[in-house]
Amino acid sequence: MVRCFLIHSVCPLSELPAGDSRLLYCRLFAPGDGLLTGQLRERSPAERSLLRGEKAAVVARQVRSAVSLSREASGGRPPGEALPGDEALALQDASSGVVRLRAGDPFSEEMSALWLGVQSLGFTLVCEPHENLLLAEGTLRTLTRHCLEHLHMLGPGSEVLLRSNRIDALLSRLLPHGQLLFLNHRFAQSLEKDVAAYMAK
Amino acid sequence: MFSHGSESLIKQAREIQEPELQKFYCRLGKLLVGKELGHETMDSLQRLHLILSATKCTRTLPVELHKRLLSLLSSPVEQLQVLSSAVLRETLPLSGQELNYSQENVQLNSHSAALLLSQAGSRADLSSLCAQLLRGLDSRQPEGPTHSLTHTLPVLNAVLTHSPESLNDDNVTLLSKKLVDWLRYASIIQGGGASAGGFFTGPRSRQPVPTAELDGTVSGDFFTVLCVGQGFTEDQWMNVYSFSMLHHWLLTYHTAPSGNTFTDTDDRSEVDGSVVSMVSATSSSSRLLPPKERLREKAFQYCLRLIEQSDRKALKRTDTELQKACLVEAVCILDCVCVEDTSLVYRTFPYVKPLFGRLSSDLTFARVLLPIAQFYLNHGEMAAVDCESLWKLVFGRFPAELFNDPFLAHELLRFLRLNLESLVLRVPQYPRSFPNLLKFLAWDSPAVVDDFVDLLPSLVTVETAVELLHTLLDLPCLSATLVLQLRSTSSPISEPGGRGLLSLDAFRSPSFRGLFLYLLRPEAGSGDTIDRLSTLHEFLAESADWPRVVQCSQTVPVLLHIFFNTVITVADPKLLAHLILVMLERSSLLLNLPRYMKEIHRVFSCHLLRLCKLHPSLVVDQSHVLLEFAGTTASVYSKEEIYTHVVWALGEYLSVSCDSRCSVTLITSCFETLEAVLFEITSSTPPPGACCPAPRVITTLISALAKLASRSHDLIPRVSLFLSKLRTVTRAGSVAWCADEEDLVAIVTRGEELWSLLRTPGVAQSVLTPPPHVTTPQWHRDTNLSMSLQLRTLTSLTHTQ
Repeated sequence: MVRCFLIHSVCPLSELPAGDSRLLYCRLFAPGDGLLTGQLRERSPAERSLLRGEKAAVVARQVRSAVSLSREASGGRPPGEALPGDEALALQDASSGVVRLRAGDPFSEEMSALWLGVQSLGFTLVCEPHENLLLAEGTLRTLTRHCLEHLHMLGPGSEVLLRSNRIDALLSRLLPHGQLLFLNHRFAQSLEKDVAAYMAK
Repeated sequence: MFSHGSESLIKQAREIQEPELQKFYCRLGKLLVGKELGHETMDSLQRLHLILSATKCTRTLPVELHKRLLSLLSSPVEQLQVLSSAVLRETLPLSGQELNYSQENVQLNSHSAALLLSQAGSRADLSSLCAQLLRGLDSRQPEGPTHSLTHTLPVLNAVLTHSPESLNDDNVTLLSKKLVDWLRYASIIQGGGASAGGFFTGPRSRQPVPTAELDGTVSGDFFTVLCVGQGFTEDQWMNVYSFSMLHHWLLTYHTAPSGNTFTDTDDRSEVDGSVVSMVSATSSSSRLLPPKERLREKAFQYCLRLIEQSDRKALKRTDTELQKACLVEAVCILDCVCVEDTSLVYRTFPYVKPLFGRLSSDLTFARVLLPIAQFYLNHGEMAAVDCESLWKLVFGRFPAELFNDPFLAHELLRFLRLNLESLVLRVPQYPRSFPNLLKFLAWDSPAVVDDFVDLLPSLVTVETAVELLHTLLDLPCLSATLVLQLRSTSSPISEPGGRGLLSLDAFRSPSFRGLFLYLLRPEAGSGDTIDRLSTLHEFLAESADWPRVVQCSQTVPVLLHIFFNTVITVADPKLLAHLILVMLERSSLLLNLPRYMKEIHRVFSCHLLRLCKLHPSLVVDQSHVLLEFAGTTASVYSKEEIYTHVVWALGEYLSVSCDSRCSVTLITSCFETLEAVLFEITSSTPPPGACCPAPRVITTLISALAKLASRSHDLIPRVSLFLSKLRTVTRAGSVAWCADEEDLVAIVTRGEELWSLLRTPGVAQSVLTPPPHVTTPQWHRDTNLSMSLQLRTLTSLTHTQ
């Protein structure tokens, strides 16, 4: 089960303190973590919602530091600016890795956060560790490719904020409710046609 | 990419004022009342979502607007479903209007299910949601859209993650039956009206076309995720969704029966019992099995088919990647069912063993081999399968050749963490393979240091502790060497323009290659360290600013702490003595990185002290080594931290009460050594390049001398001579060896305190060399002192509160 999918900044931003990350898209799947172990039951819905937001922020910050350390270690050259239309190239150049999130930090169980760093943005998938990480990695790449293409993310626009419903629709096909899917190229094609039809409207 | 525009949008959304927001709600409410819901409505809804998600606190919408959005969840336009679900997920549910989880006769779409999931407040909510979904599955309308029910399984899977009890036994049985149908009996005809005919055939000659394998051949067996067709039928889709959740389902509802624990003692009884069950397990009368067992059997068959299908050469690259993922999943599921029913192990190995053979030579399948390793670890002993070649891969080739694959590193280290106890017991290669395993850390420290914090204690053994210490200290060197190794294979032999790296040349030169090869060794046992370590450090000096090396050096102190904390639990005094020796030797033999030496010295000092405190006799034992170290004046300036602690330890523990072998001669020679150093540093300026010795060094030396003098009274006059000299010199004003006047005063004061103490040698002895019962008080054991304690205890027991 994938717990959440995030799109967030991985470059320094003047408006934020150093090391902090701006969340552009955050989708947490499933009922709240710890809901039924009693931890969350005492809290009001408002508190629970706040808690979920905080967890996403913690993950984003940890991934941000992982991305910058990884980029520093592999040469420190700032990621090249690919132009719109070069999504495949941007994806190829992307750095990737996985962060181990210990139990309690921030989810109640241990999690693995897979990340892809495409220029100034990070795409993160938080999975339960017994999950098939090979499949998760493939799914993350596919999701990133679609986000880059359909939301023109290599350009200067802010469509990721103004058209987040497209990401929701994409997730509902390729990662429904956090379920990773074993899709061969035919199944994938069929779903992608569906997605393209949605985006065209 | 991430533009200034995005930042300002977020800022605007966050800072929207309340009146403006209310106006916006009004406008949106009006738009939603209209019949035609066009672009403006969508944009407004999207903007509302942005406003709601930009702030941390969750808002409540006006009741009317909230109700309108709820009704949009079942709109025929998908955009509206998506947007309303997204907006409602960001708001608080209306009080008193909690979502109705048990609506009858309503087909939940994926987006409304998402909302129900995110706002579920209790187990009861989730149970009702499950019940509703299962009703939807049962009462299937044949004319519904293709994907209308495909979200059911993912939603159920999401519920299972947090609340497996939401499905009662009946539901579990019902779903088990459905899963069996979808997994094993899905249609093998291509859906979507595909036909075998060409351009000229009409609709009448359309023949049903069977599905194909990934390499193009026609499918000969039941449908799986690795089968393709022009289009797919509904049950083929459900096949995909079922397999996608199968592992999780089995983990949740098919836990191992209590008798099948995996300890060594159980294995013997299993061998006898399984001969009988092997026969019954291969029977094909699976129809007679109860639903749970039937699902297990079908899952088993599905996985075996996937393993067979993965041997085919897929025509598309993405399908090759899928085959790998399927292999991983299949082996994991097989492991799971074999844990539940151990009789299946004998049916499984004939497939898993050849799979291992096929994949073991291809490093691109490394990540697939890890679940196979788990399978072998869980069931290999039972089936008496030889795992040697597997461990050679896991501890040999993978770390040595794939250290730079972050995903493999993560998964391999996780495998080690989860199976630590079994590995330590059953796989002798594991503790010896630390030189290889540390390559993961040397390459990408920030990502894996957490894992090594957990793994390092298991790698500390009495036989290899010294070598491990050397290896940890040289981790930055290993890091640099790995960088050189990769650079060596990727860059040309001679760079044009001659701007080659000194270290790279050394790496490639045959005369020095051996040094680097020692660092790259796969196993411990071939020597604790090398003689020409300083040469190696010289070659690698230019790597001091390579980011990877710097990151690695920052993790070494933490690991050293863990190493020492563990080693004192397993080591005997002989080993500890050896470790002290190593610490003193290596304190000057480290790669020259900016803060590295200082940090390592700090760790050494801390643990040196701990070791001496635990085994005070070590000081007398290793006195010649310690004295040699303490007698080197240069150490005062270059290794101040360690020097101070060594001197302190000598002063504290070089006494008869700590070890009876401590003779007067020993005390005297120690005194003379320290005295000489003290004279030297207090009578001259520091050598060029060094700053003044810290006051702490000087006071520690003085204290140590006083302590030693208190044990051998004829040394006392020498101490008083020194202290009077000190007083005279400092009265003259500033001195070359102490920059701060306050520090000088403190040093002199300490000297005077000790001098006045030493004037009464008997008192000095009991203060400066207290007997053990003073330093480790156990008042309750002392017959004189315990009386008051006993009385107090009796009183509190007898007096009722």
